[in-house]
Amino acid sequence: MSLSHYLVLSALLFTIGIFGIFLNRRNVIIIMMSIELILLSVNINFVAFSRFMGNIDGQIITFFVLTVAAAEAAIGLAILVSFFRNRATIDVEKIDTLKG
Amino acid sequence: MVADIIFYLFATITVVAALGVVSVKNQVHSVLFLVLTFFTTAALFVLMGAEFLAAILVMVYMGAVAILFLFVVMMLDVEFASLKKEAARYLPLGLAVGLVILFEMVVIITQIHIEPGAAAVASDVPNTLEIGRVLYTKYLLPFEIASVILLVALIGAVVLTFRDRKLAKRQSVSKQHARTREQAVELKKVASGEGAS
Repeated sequence: MSLSHYLVLSALLFTIGIFGIFLNRRNVIIIMMSIELILLSVNINFVAFSRFMGNIDGQIITFFVLTVAAAEAAIGLAILVSFFRNRATIDVEKIDTLKG
Repeated sequence: MVADIIFYLFATITVVAALGVVSVKNQVHSVLFLVLTFFTTAALFVLMGAEFLAAILVMVYMGAVAILFLFVVMMLDVEFASLKKEAARYLPLGLAVGLVILFEMVVIITQIHIEPGAAAVASDVPNTLEIGRVLYTKYLLPFEIASVILLVALIGAVVLTFRDRKLAKRQSVSKQHARTREQAVELKKVASGEGAS
């Protein structure tokens, strides 16, 4: 297996993540899952480079990406739950109170 | 040769599961596809010799993040069908943008040529030991900051979802302490044969 195999796989996952945001642009939960997919593709990139360059630092960065992604998911879902409690919807197009 | 077959198998499962995440109608199925994506990616990590990260991916992503998503999907009583209605309208735009991004990235990936590093061959040190040696020396400060980020996320999630329900019966320590003997106890002389009224 060469490096570019893993890079193409990661590019595919990244594209699916972007595509998911377009396709489900009214549903916040699916958008957050798409963001998780994008972060996963970044992780594959880091680990692949770490493996094929013989440098452990890439795996350490992946470790930190995982940490931040977990924190992001927890906070995002907490915001979502409290938003749903107040407005009874998770439609992105209805989240426009700050627009003025 | 066997490694090639395993790679293509897991890569196919990963891509199909990721497509499932963004395209199926039922949200719960979507989350389960996300779990499948994470799991096959963990298998790919093992294939690349990153066993520690594979274990972390299974524990943190499948054990915590995906279950958190599942909780929220099941907790919120949303009419998901209405959110899906106009999806077809954005399909051409999404496809166009996605294909352009994919095309650009594949062009770049096939053009670059990276010389493998000196230590590209797997060393005899176990992967976890190798990570531990670097993580607690060179990356000590980022490691500590990461722990603070997790603490902030923990407290933030609690603060955001906590709601003070007025009807719930709960102990109020200050009210208890403010109570005096006069408010609480009343002494009555009860005459014999009449009873208290």
